Amino acid sequence: MTMGQANVSEMAANGGEGEQYLTFILAGEEYGIDILRVQEIRGWTKTTAIPNGPAYLKGVINLRGTIVPIIDLRERFNMDALEYGPTTVVIVVRAVSESRDRIMGIVVDAVSDVYSLHLSELQPPPDLGNVVDEQFLQGLVTVDEKMIILLDIDLLLNAGALAVEKLSA
Amino acid sequence: MNIDISQFTQTFLEESFEGLDIMEAHLLELQSEDSESIDAIFRAAHSIKGGAGTFGFAEVGRFTHGVETLLDEMRSGECTIDEPKKTLLLEAVDCIRAMLVAARDGSELDTGPIVDVSNRVDAALHSHELSDTSSVVETSQEQCQQWEIQFTPEVDILRTGNDPARILRALAELGELEVSCNVDALPLFEVLDPEECHLAWTVTLSGDVAREAIAEVFEWVEDQAEIKIEPVRAEGDGSALITKSEATIHPEEDTNGAVSAPIENKGSGEQKPARARVESGSIRVNTDKVDALINMVGELVITQSMLSQFGEQLKTGSKQGIENLLEGLSLLERNTRELQENVMSIRMLPISFVFNRFPRLIYDLSDSLHKNIQLKLTGEQTELDKNVLEKISDPLVHLVRNSVDHGIEPPEVREAAGKSTTGTVHLNAFHRGGNIVIEISDDGAGLNRARIMDKAVERGLVASGQVLSDEQINELIFSAGFSTAQELSDVSGRGVGMDVVRRNIKSLGGSVDVSSQEGVGSKFTIRLPLTLSILDGQLVEVSEGSYVIPLISIVESVQIDKKALKTIAEKRLVYKLREEYIPVLSLRDALGATTSERRSIDNSLLVVVEADGARLALLVDDLLGQQQVVIKALETNFKKVEGLSGATILGDGTVALILDVSGLISLSKRSTENLNWMRPQGHAAA
Repeated sequence: MTMGQANVSEMAANGGEGEQYLTFILAGEEYGIDILRVQEIRGWTKTTAIPNGPAYLKGVINLRGTIVPIIDLRERFNMDALEYGPTTVVIVVRAVSESRDRIMGIVVDAVSDVYSLHLSELQPPPDLGNVVDEQFLQGLVTVDEKMIILLDIDLLLNAGALAVEKLSA
Repeated sequence: MNIDISQFTQTFLEESFEGLDIMEAHLLELQSEDSESIDAIFRAAHSIKGGAGTFGFAEVGRFTHGVETLLDEMRSGECTIDEPKKTLLLEAVDCIRAMLVAARDGSELDTGPIVDVSNRVDAALHSHELSDTSSVVETSQEQCQQWEIQFTPEVDILRTGNDPARILRALAELGELEVSCNVDALPLFEVLDPEECHLAWTVTLSGDVAREAIAEVFEWVEDQAEIKIEPVRAEGDGSALITKSEATIHPEEDTNGAVSAPIENKGSGEQKPARARVESGSIRVNTDKVDALINMVGELVITQSMLSQFGEQLKTGSKQGIENLLEGLSLLERNTRELQENVMSIRMLPISFVFNRFPRLIYDLSDSLHKNIQLKLTGEQTELDKNVLEKISDPLVHLVRNSVDHGIEPPEVREAAGKSTTGTVHLNAFHRGGNIVIEISDDGAGLNRARIMDKAVERGLVASGQVLSDEQINELIFSAGFSTAQELSDVSGRGVGMDVVRRNIKSLGGSVDVSSQEGVGSKFTIRLPLTLSILDGQLVEVSEGSYVIPLISIVESVQIDKKALKTIAEKRLVYKLREEYIPVLSLRDALGATTSERRSIDNSLLVVVEADGARLALLVDDLLGQQQVVIKALETNFKKVEGLSGATILGDGTVALILDVSGLISLSKRSTENLNWMRPQGHAAA
């Protein structure tokens, strides 16, 4: 944490949202998500598979009585799947959509750090062609010579097969 | 007023609906000279009127006032209680209900019938009362720039919990206020009782205020004070009173407080677009149940401290320790189970909540259909889950209407058939083995099977010449678009009924059957699960995973006889079970559960399930056991998955998926499995 606390309060004064980011490692790359969306960080536990779901949906777990789906981010980004080990971490996040909030877990290699970031430092992602699905990328920032890829967790967890449905209860 | 009154609006509405139910129930039973019923009806009307004023439903208040006056006359014997008045009052109850529903949902209200009923109520009133109420209505629209209000409360107003200061503050919210206090009536200090109020006030209110808005402020105290509200035409009038204390209270900037806003809406006739009806979020619980819960939690705490004590003993290596601990654990288990049962029972409401609307329905129907019908209700105290209760009421209404319309014959026909001219509809509810059973029976004509057959052939549901058993014919009435009523009536007969009834009951996990004897009557039997959140499940193992099949949809489980397993077009598998070919669905393939080696067919089992009238045999690896499971929706954090109705958490904390049998059946209709694994030579299972 090299950024001073002053930055945080300064940005809070600006009314800016999501200044603090939790970063995690995925195949040596560092990704960041809005820390306010992070509910908890827990170790990998065995999941119950959901039939006919996409490969990146690893199944559901029991999180203190709530059924929470678990998504493997490596597989979501079409990266090589990794054997789950003792350092494999599940970040439980809140995905906000128009109709409701949902709790989901994302599997990452490891949790890295928490940074306070100026949104003004954010660079839009360069045009990467079709290699990467850019719509989930909020932008890139540099901290201590490291590149951090900021993810839009709401877009990521409400896209494709995860898209929210109307609740019909 | 610094209380936000809107938070109580919901409570007011709930209580008013209950009050309306009470009024209705008593009106239906009302005989002349029945002062107790009349009192009960009057009380209910009175509290609705009072509440409506407080919560800003001025229209409801005014309407109910007329009704209340009429009831008061009936109570005091000034006018007679007769059938037309009863009918009128019942209509009035409907009007109030409609107004409150509109207020709750913010929906459009058809004022036509309300004005009509209101006028008829006025007409039914004693003449002097009539003039009184009409003058109130006239002047209520008056609007003026300045008002002079004389407010002389009775001496004991403070004892009734009313505070004149509160009223003055409420007035201050309406506009600029000048208050002078009249202390003439104040006794000498030695004889002054501080709990009595001897003050009177003269208030000059400036601002664009309607008379009814002012009258509303005094709503609660109008019986306990002399109130004069008069418009001031010329400035500087009415200052002749002695002023000892004077206070000017400045109104708050926001005059659109909770009190004035609804009136403005009503007055201008503007109404918000209808909000989606939100299912009421609150529930009334018998205090006994709450007390029982508190007791149980107390016991649980004791057990917990006992257990930690035993844990300590264990540390010291006492031999008694383990035994004590086990004993404590079984106590804990009992506590938990009792607690669970009790918490569930909080959601349980007696079915009388639904049954109570039927006397009115029967009353109206027998009137419009010119039939004599007697309603018998039994088992009203049978309890079931609030959710189920809310969803079962429409199907029940439909079935009762059907019984009255199609079942019970007109009096002449009944007499000719040698029956009593009064037909009986009997509603009965009782518990049977974890289910609740509701029976709707009538002593009417019964199902006319010949006509049902004709109709079914006409509609193409059955080939002509086909012979069906009585039960099969009875079943036909549940087909879509089927109605045998010779003429359509507004009661029933549009042919959209019975299939919808069956579908609604199915969606609650229940079933509906009919039995009938021509000329004697018919009986509909509804079976429902007690609650929607718990189900009896059969745990099965598929590819090392556990799945739950609802017990209610399982017909039987069989060991596979290889000779009975046949293929069709090499794509579909069927199993011959006692002369019936049942399609087979391998759960392993349907669920994509392929983590372990496929079991040999000799070691597998078939679970025959049934839903929507179709059967399916599910191929599973093993049967594990039966248990009650708590249903958790997958939609909460994910979405609906075809073939699954939810998930549950097993004793070891892992998640098991609950299979949706009707979803699996439709899944199986589309599936074209690769049956290579069936063939002993081509062991190409993936």
